[in-house]
Amino acid sequence: MSVITYRQALRDTLRAEMLRDDDVLLLGEEIGLFEGSYKITEGLLNEFGEQRVRDTPISEEGFVGAAVGTAMMGLRPVVELMTINFSLIAVDQIINHAAKVYGMFGGQTSVPMVIRTPGGGGQQLGATHSQNIELFYAFVPGLKVLAPSSPADAAAMLRAAVRDDDPVMLLENLGLYNSKGEVPDGDESVAEIGRAAVTREGSDITLIGYSRMAAMSLRVAEELAEQDVSVEVVDLRSLRPLDRQTVVDSVRKTGCAVIAEDDWLTYGIGAEVAASIQEGAFDYLDAPVRRVAMAEVPLPYAKPLENAALPSTESITTAVKETLSAVGKRVG
Amino acid sequence: MADTAKAKGGGTAKSTGGRRRSRKDSTTPAAGGTTPGVADEKPDVLLDYYRRMVLVRRFEERTGQAYTQARIGGYCHLNLGEEATVVGLMDALRERDYLYTNYRDHGYAILKGMSPRRVMAELYGRSDGVAKGWGGSMHMYDTEARMLGGYGIVGGQLPLATGAALAVTYRGGDEVVMCQMGDGTTNIGAWHESLNLASLWNLPIVYTIVNNFTGMGTSVDASSAEPDLYKRGSAFRIEGVRVDGRDVLAVRDAAADVVEKARSEQRPYILECTSHRLKGHSVVDPAKYRTEEQVAEARANDPVAAFEQHLEKAGVLTEEKKKEISDAVKEEVADAADFAENSPSPDVSTLFDYTYATPVANESRRMPADPVFAE
Ligand SMILES: Cc1ncc(C[n+]2csc(CCOP(=O)(O)OP(=O)(O)O)c2C)c(N)n1
Repeated sequence: MSVITYRQALRDTLRAEMLRDDDVLLLGEEIGLFEGSYKITEGLLNEFGEQRVRDTPISEEGFVGAAVGTAMMGLRPVVELMTINFSLIAVDQIINHAAKVYGMFGGQTSVPMVIRTPGGGGQQLGATHSQNIELFYAFVPGLKVLAPSSPADAAAMLRAAVRDDDPVMLLENLGLYNSKGEVPDGDESVAEIGRAAVTREGSDITLIGYSRMAAMSLRVAEELAEQDVSVEVVDLRSLRPLDRQTVVDSVRKTGCAVIAEDDWLTYGIGAEVAASIQEGAFDYLDAPVRRVAMAEVPLPYAKPLENAALPSTESITTAVKETLSAVGKRVG
Repeated sequence: MADTAKAKGGGTAKSTGGRRRSRKDSTTPAAGGTTPGVADEKPDVLLDYYRRMVLVRRFEERTGQAYTQARIGGYCHLNLGEEATVVGLMDALRERDYLYTNYRDHGYAILKGMSPRRVMAELYGRSDGVAKGWGGSMHMYDTEARMLGGYGIVGGQLPLATGAALAVTYRGGDEVVMCQMGDGTTNIGAWHESLNLASLWNLPIVYTIVNNFTGMGTSVDASSAEPDLYKRGSAFRIEGVRVDGRDVLAVRDAAADVVEKARSEQRPYILECTSHRLKGHSVVDPAKYRTEEQVAEARANDPVAAFEQHLEKAGVLTEEKKKEISDAVKEEVADAADFAENSPSPDVSTLFDYTYATPVANESRRMPADPVFAE
């Protein structure tokens, strides 16, 4: 076992996949000479050269679309979009093209490409640079959308994404890049796309999250364990396909659920999860499903406002405690 | 008027081929050097340009400091090295003209008429900031000063500025819109689409490219197939001019020329100002991708130092005057920082005040832990 950062896990895996398969090439702004805005591609230009680590101009629509084209030719492009906010420039190529080519042409040509991109608020970047718009992509059939919460998952999911024959969005998180976790030495595991994970077992309540919120949920569960509350944590991991069964199985066991999401509440990821719980575990529910999400505003720059708008361990804990008291379980 | 290079709309830009480097007019800022012809200028005007350049310099240095001390958060991009460009451009605009910029906007904001105090307060995320602490470094805005925003999405300002110019013609006004951007921005789709619209619709707009030869760590050579950026309007029959952006007088002249032409002819223009970035892309960027020569070249071409020396040689700037300006600017910047420091943070109760301009039924005012249905 080694303890490495989420960033390191991504970087090492990218490198290993490039060594394994010559068809893997990287495209993106500042990934070469600059070594990546968040240093995920550090050293890769030096090692693999310009042909395989291609710095692009600031032309998101152009290079994402070009990646679709190279993938249609059988290559395996891994595109870095500096942040998910800039994916909006490329949204036509992602949704109208990457996601459609396979089906629209009757299954003749798959599009084996990966788009890696970080999201996440909390960095005081203001309204256009702090959005969690994973929903836009999770909404679209034809795309696979992964959101790892730990270094081990980041590696296993990136491996899976590169080897997958469909377009995969790998959603990273600015708030997780420096987080550390154990990764088995020589790990070659490939995540199964479309599977959630129970990352902590418990019996009182199910706490569901993904990406940063899954990591935060684990912390909340640990803290509440000291107050004799047994929280089961489900990490969604894959936003599309969505593993409803794992969620529902957990809620059938615990009888209540809180969903923590970094996006906006109305129509957000949590809405879909809550609907699934209602459909799959209605008879088991002892309390309404609660969602903890970002306040529904364009995210402000000023720190006190931004802090107030974002979900936190405190707000998740509050929702968990209130849900438990609604079902008659005492806390602390 | 100092040297400028020109590209006529409709295609004097030569068709090019062969290797990248040979396709280019030059790999360094435009000819003209940093020794402006000051002979014909009024000393007061020159000293005022100098004062403004020093103001931008000191303001940005202070900003960098405050950022390092975590008084300022988020991304923070400075105008260091671009002072002559900022001063020259803003001098060419009339008060009633409109300005759109990218996120590297502090100097423009101040010189378009926003108070340094309120710009600094915005950087600090305080309630007296120009955007009440909602925007931060990248998003200065002031309707009265007709600074219609710094924008953090590369190229985002281009269609907006184009639309503002459409509104000007719609109302029969005689204002001009200046749309500032960096060199890297000329590769985004919005550039091509905006230029086409502006030319098609005969809009009074000047697309101003501040060419510091790098977008983050990517050189113009590595990102632009036509590295002579002022020629890139030729596909849309938009005339372009390149000027030495380190020369405040040259920038002012070239800018005044295209701004007044845009006004009288009701046509779009492109103005390219070449300069060097003195520091990294943003305050946190150590700019390791730059060679020592590049760093040395940027330092040697510091526009503030060059103008200072030139004014001294010309006898316009005396030791006494220099000190007077330096002290006044220092005080103005310190005052701005004090003001920012003492301005309160926006109250959390204002969190939902700016989602919609109109009251609306069922608007969500839910904090993260609030249930959807309160009991
Ligand atoms: C659509 C979009 N893509 C990428 C970015 C990230 N980014 C911010 S600034 C920048 C470089 C822009 O360079 P340039 O236009 O030359 O302006 P300069 O920073 O030199 O003023 C990049 C790639 C962004 N903000 N928006």
